[in-house]
Amino acid sequence: MFDSERKIYTKELNLYYGETHALKNISVDIYDKKVTALIGPSGCGKSTFLKTLNRMNDLVSNVSITGEVFFRDLNIYKEYDIVELRKRVGMVFQKPNPFPMSIYDNIAYGPRVHGIKSKSELDRIVEENLKNAALWNEVKDRLKQNALGLSGGQQQRLCIARVLAVEPEVILMDEPTSALDPLSTLKIEDLIQELKDNYTIIIVTHNMQQAGRISDTTAFFLLGEVIEFDETGKIFSIPKDKRTEDYITGRFG
Amino acid sequence: MTRGYFDKELEELHCDMIKMAALVEESIESTIIALKKQNVELARRIFYDDNLIDDMEKKIEQRCLNIIARQQPLAKDLRNISTALKIITDMERIGDHCADIAEITIRIANQKYIKPLIDIPRMAELAKQMVNKSIDAYVKQDVELAKEVCCSDDAVDDLFMKIVLELTSLMKNDDSVVEQCVDFIFIAKYLERMADHATNIGEWVVYNVTGEHYSVEAVSCKIDK
Repeated sequence: MFDSERKIYTKELNLYYGETHALKNISVDIYDKKVTALIGPSGCGKSTFLKTLNRMNDLVSNVSITGEVFFRDLNIYKEYDIVELRKRVGMVFQKPNPFPMSIYDNIAYGPRVHGIKSKSELDRIVEENLKNAALWNEVKDRLKQNALGLSGGQQQRLCIARVLAVEPEVILMDEPTSALDPLSTLKIEDLIQELKDNYTIIIVTHNMQQAGRISDTTAFFLLGEVIEFDETGKIFSIPKDKRTEDYITGRFG
Repeated sequence: MTRGYFDKELEELHCDMIKMAALVEESIESTIIALKKQNVELARRIFYDDNLIDDMEKKIEQRCLNIIARQQPLAKDLRNISTALKIITDMERIGDHCADIAEITIRIANQKYIKPLIDIPRMAELAKQMVNKSIDAYVKQDVELAKEVCCSDDAVDDLFMKIVLELTSLMKNDDSVVEQCVDFIFIAKYLERMADHATNIGEWVVYNVTGEHYSVEAVSCKIDK
């Protein structure tokens, strides 16, 4: 589909919550330095799929998985250290979740955990990543203030900066703008466009226009299956499957 | 089924398209009657019809832009709206060509025609049918009918060439008829362009339904001419 290499790919991935078959034979390729949107109705499995990519479902009891997920051609369920995996594959959640500490410490938290102690090095990391998350100019004079005092949009960009600070290669985003106002949403969308020069981004969104605006490829999920996976332009103009067409034109069900 | 309000807006758009197409068909019909009967009053009315057609184009264009802005159509819905925007431009141009012919009709109304009009009314009838069928195809989303329209264009082109050859021959033999022959060649050309616009409409209908661009030049037409 693209010249760039596959960053992540899955082969016949199945996931069960107890007896419930939540993901069914998912085989998709996620391309390097592209934005991939996952769309579909609530409960279709898109967030579950997202979480399998950095093994967040390991924390859920009663989950069993078959099939394979490859990151940089290594099977993440067999050949990867989970701490290393989550450093390389970061996640941004629906609701901004800054730690109850200063803006500075939020960004420095990850690097400190990974062993960086030098004050000058941490200063550099904090500044660089706040700049990369388009937040530096708004917070540079109040780095020591509590992050919970930031607006929702600023908090979400702080969370993105916090993910960037541990130098991931892939960023998973689970409805990152659903709790934000339109202006903050557009700032995050602009940020995603800038970040894709250096990162592979996978985003779950319920906003069709958002998927159309920012993603290069789109996967349509329904009842645990990927119904259609293609370039976003094709999905939103000439979808091959009638179920995709019905969903994106709002005539589903 | 959701999006009932949006579907209602699409239905209203279809109704406007049918109204505009009816105006265009009437205009073609009046144009050719006025030309045949040298009826100046009817020819003048075509200018009024052209204004109505122009107004319809603006109204439909505004409706389409409104739908895009407020409903954010995608996939088939988006093609539906963009096709409507394209089709109204073609219909508006057909209206312009009717007015062009009416202008000539008025100018030569006091002259005796150098020959009885036979092929020109036939061209007009074919063009009118093509417009009628192309809009029918749009409303019914009928790909086969749309392709049939595209294939009918050859018959109009053949008539055009026949008329040009005939008039050229008349001009060679008698230079006193040159002025009127040139006028009739223009009229034939306007009719040929009308058929081209109807063909465009047919091609847009195919795109609307299939998402693929269809060109009559790229396929062989098996329709009986």
